[in-house]
Amino acid sequence: MAEVTYLEALRQGLWEEMERDDRVFILGEDVGIYGGAFKVTEGFVKRFGEARVIDTPISEAAIVGAAAGAAHMGMRPVAEMQFIDFISCAYDMLTNYVATARYRAGLPTPLVVRGPCGGYVRGGPFHSQNVEAAFFHTPGLKIVYPATARDAKGLIKASVRDDDPVIYLEHKWLYRRIKEQLPEGEEVLTPIGEARLAREGRDLSIISYGATLWKSLEAAEQLERDDGLAVEVLDLRTLLPLDDAAIMRTVKHTNKVLIVHEDTRTGGLAGEIAARINEQAFEWLDGPIMRVTAHDVPLPYAPTLEDFVLPQTEDIVKAARWLAAY
Amino acid sequence: MASRTAPATQSPPIPAGLSRDQLLEIYRYLRLTRTLEERLTALYRQSKVVGGLFRSLGQEGESVGSAYALERGRNRDFLSPLIRNLGSMLVMGAEPVQILRQYMAKAESPTRGRELNIHFGDLERGYLGQISHLGDMIPVMAGVALTFKLRAEPRVALVYIGDGGMSTGTFHEGINFAAVQRLPLVLIAEYNCWAYSTPPAKQFATAHLADRVRGYGVPAVTVDGNDVLAVYEATRLAVERARRGKGVHAVEVKTYRRKGHAEHDDQHYVPKEELERWARENDPIDRYSKRLLDSGWAEQADLKDIDERVRAGVDAATDACVDEPAPEPESALPAVYASPATAERLWFRVL
Repeated sequence: MAEVTYLEALRQGLWEEMERDDRVFILGEDVGIYGGAFKVTEGFVKRFGEARVIDTPISEAAIVGAAAGAAHMGMRPVAEMQFIDFISCAYDMLTNYVATARYRAGLPTPLVVRGPCGGYVRGGPFHSQNVEAAFFHTPGLKIVYPATARDAKGLIKASVRDDDPVIYLEHKWLYRRIKEQLPEGEEVLTPIGEARLAREGRDLSIISYGATLWKSLEAAEQLERDDGLAVEVLDLRTLLPLDDAAIMRTVKHTNKVLIVHEDTRTGGLAGEIAARINEQAFEWLDGPIMRVTAHDVPLPYAPTLEDFVLPQTEDIVKAARWLAAY
Repeated sequence: MASRTAPATQSPPIPAGLSRDQLLEIYRYLRLTRTLEERLTALYRQSKVVGGLFRSLGQEGESVGSAYALERGRNRDFLSPLIRNLGSMLVMGAEPVQILRQYMAKAESPTRGRELNIHFGDLERGYLGQISHLGDMIPVMAGVALTFKLRAEPRVALVYIGDGGMSTGTFHEGINFAAVQRLPLVLIAEYNCWAYSTPPAKQFATAHLADRVRGYGVPAVTVDGNDVLAVYEATRLAVERARRGKGVHAVEVKTYRRKGHAEHDDQHYVPKEELERWARENDPIDRYSKRLLDSGWAEQADLKDIDERVRAGVDAATDACVDEPAPEPESALPAVYASPATAERLWFRVL
């Protein structure tokens, strides 16, 4: 076993897939000699060469489009968005071209688009976004969002091997903050489409993913310590497709649900999750399904502003107390 | 079909290294494109075509001439057509019955009724259907060409763009990326004077599409798009250079869209005399036929024979599929993903 960061786990996963399968290649901005803005691909060009680690122009649509064309021809491209905020420049390519390719034309399009997302890092409006909701609405795409180092590795490897296009969201606040012991010389794979019970409890459930998974766990500990509440925490890991079975299991176990995400509220994933619980487990609920999310504003830069807009551990604690007392 | 041996008369040498059989084959593709589209027009008027109908009238020459410059066959060169490049798909091996089924949204159509008109592809025969978002196929075909380069396969990708489509961001991102990577990609830039109702003067500020492409370091030539052999010759040189690792090359073809954007469009914005002049003086099939006959490369009877065979083939294809069933409604659900294999049938449909 060796302790690795979330970022190093992701890097290992990519490296192993490049070693395993020569159809895998990387393309993106500054991914070569510079090793990527956050050094995820550091050392890759030296090991795998410029043909398999391609520095591109600042052209997200071309990056994703070229990945799609190569995927049709049997390659396994991994496209990096330098910051996930810039994936919007490839929105057309992903939603219109990539997502529909199999359905409309039977085209195999196994590609991964990955990049650093999320706030709590004083990145301002264009280096802090969470983009899952923009793509969640598109049949044909898969979306994964690891919270742990193990899943950072396990999900990138599963994404590269998946026969469908996958958007892999990696949280930059977790990059070097999260460390975990991972086995050496053993395959780490996280199946796409399976949530993980991160903490067991019987009083209420928190459903979350990404950075707010950790804030939810922190809140759960505080609630146990201060209030004697046993809070269950579900880490979704895959956002599309959602693991309905795991969601309903925890709802039926605790009968109260708080959904926590860093993305803004309106049109965020919590709305869809709440709707599914309503449809599939209405009679199991002992209280309203509540949401803790970012406020509906673009994410501001100043620490006082960002901290106010984003959901904090204390917000989760207060919301959970309110729900527990309902 | 007339004798396949070369005529003994003193005809001028056949250009561009083509054989007489090949000249007649080109003629056959031109005639097939037009006859098939005329059949589709008839079916459209009978309400058998489900959606819109897009004609390539007047542009058959550049579609056929450019595609004919590729190496065809299983896993050879590759192209991505636009809506007015039916001819290029036929050259690559698309079958008339597939086109008819597509337009009539039949269960047995290549996309099983999921996509419109000529939006379909065949990876082995070497063509990839476009999507409606113009420009998107440029990066995608750059990715196809990138694969050829990564695998060191001597294959070339060819992609079409129009005078309207060249205004999109994806076009510029894609062509620049391909140029930087020196990919084996050939661009056919179609200057057909109309993007729906918008003329070139409202679309870009240069005289030629070639001028725009050269800014990316892409060698570009401009040819008469209604001269089939000129298009063939220019494309062949571009393909040859691309195949030799010389990077992206472009051929601008000057032509004219003689029908509306689609069959519903009455072209009221087009000067009537301009349309009539192009039809009278510059029809690519008329010009090509005349050249074949004047040069003694073919007899009138050869062309008439091809015309009749093409018509019989289109008749047979129509008869084969016109009464075929539409797709089963529930066949809308599978294959959004490789896994899961099918989308869920919603609860109110199982009540």
